[in-house]
Amino acid sequence: MRVNFTVNGRPQEADDVWEGESLLYVLRERLGLPGSKNACEQGECGSCTVRLDGVPVCSCLVAAGQVEGRDVVTVEGLADFAKQRSEGGCATGACGTTLQDAQQWQAKGTDSQTGEGTELSPVQQAFIDAGAVQCGFCTPGLLVASDELLERNPNPSDADIREALSGNLCRCTGYEKIMDAVRLAAARQSEGV
Amino acid sequence: MDFLRPASWEEALAAKAEHPTAVPIAGGTDVMVEINFDHRRPEYLLDLNRIGDLTEWEIGEESVRLGASVPYTKIMENLRAELPGLALASHTVASPQIRNRGGVGGNLGTASPAGDAHPALLAAGGEVEVESAARGTRLIPIDEFYKGVKRNALEPDELIRAVHVKKADGPQQYSKVGTRNAMVIAVCAFGLALHPESRTVRTGIGSAAPTPVRAKAAEEFLNAALEEGGFWDNGKIITPSVAKQFADLCSASCNPIDDVRGTASYRRHAVGVMARRTLTWTWESYRGTRRTTEGAA
Ligand SMILES: Cc1cc2nc3c(=O)[nH]c(=O)nc-3n(C[C@H](O)[C@H](O)[C@H](O)COP(=O)(O)OP(=O)(O)OC[C@H]3O[C@@H](n4cnc5c(N)ncnc54)[C@H](O)[C@@H]3O)c2cc1C
Ligand code: FES
Ligand code: FES
Repeated sequence: MRVNFTVNGRPQEADDVWEGESLLYVLRERLGLPGSKNACEQGECGSCTVRLDGVPVCSCLVAAGQVEGRDVVTVEGLADFAKQRSEGGCATGACGTTLQDAQQWQAKGTDSQTGEGTELSPVQQAFIDAGAVQCGFCTPGLLVASDELLERNPNPSDADIREALSGNLCRCTGYEKIMDAVRLAAARQSEGV
Repeated sequence: MDFLRPASWEEALAAKAEHPTAVPIAGGTDVMVEINFDHRRPEYLLDLNRIGDLTEWEIGEESVRLGASVPYTKIMENLRAELPGLALASHTVASPQIRNRGGVGGNLGTASPAGDAHPALLAAGGEVEVESAARGTRLIPIDEFYKGVKRNALEPDELIRAVHVKKADGPQQYSKVGTRNAMVIAVCAFGLALHPESRTVRTGIGSAAPTPVRAKAAEEFLNAALEEGGFWDNGKIITPSVAKQFADLCSASCNPIDDVRGTASYRRHAVGVMARRTLTWTWESYRGTRRTTEGAA
């Protein structure tokens, strides 16, 4: 079957989709967007987290056909999504991330260590600055979840952060640096930098 | 496989009548796991996401009519006052991502003995509203809904429209044993609701029998003991021997098995502990509200 939906602000069409396929599979294998990770395919790890009509969900548990006509934001579009949010919407009418840009999206920029030269969302920059990324497999899911937390609750307590990220597993960091990153992003957001 | 996408409830009932083997998919948090792991290859998937009515709820005089697909997150955010037990139980389900998708209709559809909505629904009391194109609507009392391990009272052509849950008229609690706070399927679970208006206590036990069950003998004992001692009126602390007897009877009403999550004897023990604790918590809360209302009068 064919599925039409919006990905990172742009209309997309996925063809030859099998009816039992997940949104995660469509994103990765049909649209070439491997940012959302596949680690468990059973909702346990959160590495496939995306926003579906604004709501964070495990894309491995959404059937492809269920997203027809709906709006999905993946980690590849997060920088642009956060930018539009801070600017209060899309001024030019040509926002969003094209499929090609999304497919080639990297946090690298001109300096691969610091992400300098790429436009990153505040949480992405904070994850780099706080050293919250080790192997990086959990990172996309955590970024999407953290970004949504800060959108909903700009000044979260530690308990709020733990709760919001309780569906995201990380096997490397021990979570402390991830907590630091979210606190850092919240602090920067409140200072308006 | 075919993907059916009815745009309305009537269309969904028609599709289910035409294809009784079609598997409804709401949040997908049970169905997709089975498909991803090839445990299930239904001929038809029947998507319920386009039916907006299913994600709505109405607060009535006596009960809340909760649409089958209202996600747990919405229950926690919006119905804590009316359905405190179910809101607490919802909060223990999985993770935010899962709670944003999964709901009570899916929990009832799966009818796992470990489903967290069940003990809360049994304790609060209520009815499941199901419908078929051929025979229209029927209301199934929650006590008659669970028929066996992962079996419920639905006919092949029926869909769950809503759950009518009695509004709380007293304190309610939910308690669950697991290895961590998030992402845990219950080793066992216990829901308890005080109903001061009818002067009764109702319970619900999860993961300790082939289906979710009420501890009826324990309820009868406690109702009689509370009545006899005038506890509802005098608001005294429940006698420890009464609480203990209640806990023992709750343990005795279990019929658990040994499995990877825990042994039968552990489950029986833990249910007794949760029964005593939830009784103490709710009763303390009841006494507290009595004191403030009396103080105000
Ligand atoms: C990682 C993970 C952790 C979990 N943890 C918990 C937990 O802690 N506690 C818990 O209780 N559950 C847990 N679950 C199970 C699941 O999230 C719940 O059972 C949830 O309530 C299912 O709701 P859903 O809308 O996603 O159901 P779906 O997967 O869409 O459907 C579940 C079943 O119900 C049927 N169904 C759905 N809607 C209807 C309807 N309107 N009429 C008739 N049949 C219908 C479907 O055909 C299917 O058989 C977990 C699942 C995952 C993946
Ligand atoms: S891959 Fe979806 S939650 Fe793990
Ligand atoms: S950084 Fe490796 S899993 Fe989190």
